[in-house]
Amino acid sequence: MKHEVFEKNSLILLIGVLIVVSIGGIIEIAPLFWLKSTIEKVEGMRPYSPLELAGRDIYVREGCYNCHSQMIRSLRDEIERYGHYSLAAESMYDHPFQWGSKRTGPDLARVGGKYSDAWHVEHLRDPRSVVPTSIMPGYPFLEKTPLDYGNIAAKMKTMQEIGVPYTDEMIADAKTDVLAQIRPDSSEAKALLKRYPKAQVRKFDGAQGDNLQPTELDAVVAYLQMLGTLVDFTKFDASGPNLR
Amino acid sequence: MKDTSEEWSGMSDMLAMGSALLFSVIGLILAVVGVDGGMRLHGLFLLAASAAAFFYVLSHPTDPRADHATGYFDGPVKVATIACVIWGVVGFLAGDVIAWQLAFPWLNFDLPWTNFGRLRPVHTSAVVFAFGGNALIATSLYVVQRTCRARLPGKWAPWFVVWGYQLFILIAASGYVLGITQSKEYAEPEWYADVWLTIVWVAYLLVFMGTLAKRQEPHIYVANWFYLAFIVTIAMLHIVNNLALPVSLLGSESYPLFPGVQGAMTQWWYGHNAVGFLLTAGFLGIMYYFIPKRAERPIYSYRLSIVHFWSLIFLYIWAGPHHLHYTALPDWAQTLGMTFSIMLWMPSWGGMINGLMTLSGAWDRLRTDPVIRLLVVSVAFYGMSTFEGPLMSIKAVNSLSHYTDWTIGHVHSGALGWVGMISFGAVYCMVPWLWKRQGLYSMRLVEWHFWLATIGIVLYITSMWVAGITQGLMWRAYDHLGFLKYSFIETVEALHWPYVIRATGGLLFLLGGVIMAYNVWRTIRGDQPVDLKDQPRVAAAPEFRPGIVAAPAE
Repeated sequence: MKHEVFEKNSLILLIGVLIVVSIGGIIEIAPLFWLKSTIEKVEGMRPYSPLELAGRDIYVREGCYNCHSQMIRSLRDEIERYGHYSLAAESMYDHPFQWGSKRTGPDLARVGGKYSDAWHVEHLRDPRSVVPTSIMPGYPFLEKTPLDYGNIAAKMKTMQEIGVPYTDEMIADAKTDVLAQIRPDSSEAKALLKRYPKAQVRKFDGAQGDNLQPTELDAVVAYLQMLGTLVDFTKFDASGPNLR
Repeated sequence: MKDTSEEWSGMSDMLAMGSALLFSVIGLILAVVGVDGGMRLHGLFLLAASAAAFFYVLSHPTDPRADHATGYFDGPVKVATIACVIWGVVGFLAGDVIAWQLAFPWLNFDLPWTNFGRLRPVHTSAVVFAFGGNALIATSLYVVQRTCRARLPGKWAPWFVVWGYQLFILIAASGYVLGITQSKEYAEPEWYADVWLTIVWVAYLLVFMGTLAKRQEPHIYVANWFYLAFIVTIAMLHIVNNLALPVSLLGSESYPLFPGVQGAMTQWWYGHNAVGFLLTAGFLGIMYYFIPKRAERPIYSYRLSIVHFWSLIFLYIWAGPHHLHYTALPDWAQTLGMTFSIMLWMPSWGGMINGLMTLSGAWDRLRTDPVIRLLVVSVAFYGMSTFEGPLMSIKAVNSLSHYTDWTIGHVHSGALGWVGMISFGAVYCMVPWLWKRQGLYSMRLVEWHFWLATIGIVLYITSMWVAGITQGLMWRAYDHLGFLKYSFIETVEALHWPYVIRATGGLLFLLGGVIMAYNVWRTIRGDQPVDLKDQPRVAAAPEFRPGIVAAPAE
């Protein structure tokens, strides 16, 4: 074929380029939406509780993904250091995904439950107070900032529209659930646990007193403490027919 | 004839004012009823920019004498060139600041607006989109006119492209500092900034295609194939990767459409091709015009340029999954990504060979013309980083390099070495040509810039090889009892000195950028060059070159 066709017709050149650059993406991306083997069948995954979601939004806002991955690769040393390799199912409700690309700090995919709340509070306030040679920035402003959760229901509604299985009930009770998750003795906490199994209910930032309000630190620690804790690995068989 | 063109010009004024008014109204609405502070601020930005555009168009109505403009439309090119230089310095500075933060964490100041997490996107966007993007807009609009012997179409559209793009950068960068981000690397701007960029980008494509359509040359020149591929592919990537649902049309927050594994695949399909099409194809367009021009030699092989153009754009788009080796992305996709990444080595080196061999018969110019040296060394860095890339995409190598600073070093050998240096070369070529000067203010300063940048890059990439390979090996080291040998923090401590060396290299590179800004400023101001006799005649604008007549289309 004469290449002249492309060199002499700008529109044909444009169409040619478009066709050539579309192929790879179509073949690599499109099947992920329908191949059943892409996301394993697991037990335990649920959408984030409102407080966890608010914490996740702060995690995104502060750009934590720039230094922390949430994706344990299927390599021996990573599994020994961080835990079971990450499953696709574990981020299936993550809009956006937080797999990351750089580990200036350690992977956080299974950080939930590894450290106490008090450790996280100290560490976020001043990382070098608990890890003397850490190079992480301090986030002392988180505990001083009241959590703004005015539009938490709207956020969950948005997520529902793009496919996260939030029920209408979850959305309606979103604001109550934020408070319930930091008030372990309240009656609402029981309802929260029913909607979000394995959710951890306590005042995460360690503040004490009556009628406590959530801080940004509460939300971030609530999010960190649930990371990687949902899937029930006793019921997961990596070699089984994990078709969703 | 004359009447119709006046009517057209009048109509384009009306159209421009109408759009400016529309965007002013949108800006006003967002500024007043935006649901969060970030949105209100950005509404104010849009309002101010659109109102300024409105009054500018209003005060520059159709003038029958002046508006039958012939010759090239270089005003927007000049603005983009200056923007490229300024944003370059800003982006290098941001990069060096965050590099020092990694060596000395107290530099984060524990404030929201100064922490690494918020500043890193400021750096990446400033260098990739603000510096690199403006270099591409400036050179593409310069090159397409010369190689088509046609003026850019439209009276206001090219201005809109250039200023609209700067507005996008301002919105994006100020958003990051305020914590407005969708956390997708190199695609951090939120939905409304993405919508604005889409509008600007479509205008850019139309201006570029319009110039091609008006061309007086029968053939479309090679550089323009690369520019066109860059513009349309970036449009495709940008739109698909940024599909998101806003929480509120009056708020800055949104959630991306694709979750988890599909989101990751789409992101790195985008991310790697921001490299492939913005930082590679676009800059190959620069190579294909400025190296032959500056060396006054034809391209080495026309056939090679055809082969490597089509194979490069076809193969690049598949390479994304090599960012996701051993992750939860299905194995078949990882393997495809690796395979195509390795194949990509060939067209990449095809381009390198075509660029380097263009110097055939003019190699002596490397010694006498530091601008040629910048251009040629950049192609050498291109060759180096496009060899390293396929190597790192091999799963076994990637298991060591991924998540470490080796990746950061690799990116910078491409970004500082290839993209940076070829942009510097193009700016040093274009500034005297655009502003009709007899030469650059100082060739000695170009020499200084070249050496500072080169030494800076060497410090940068060697320290990052050491850092990356050290940390990668430490992560997987076992002691004789079979336990992991190092805790994570020990692998961080090992990186302190490499980080200091890297930041020092970055400082040298930044210093080179500042010298360039000074040199460009003195040249534009019209100062008499201090070393005119040492400059090659090609440094001067065409009308000042002895022995040649300015091209008839001028």
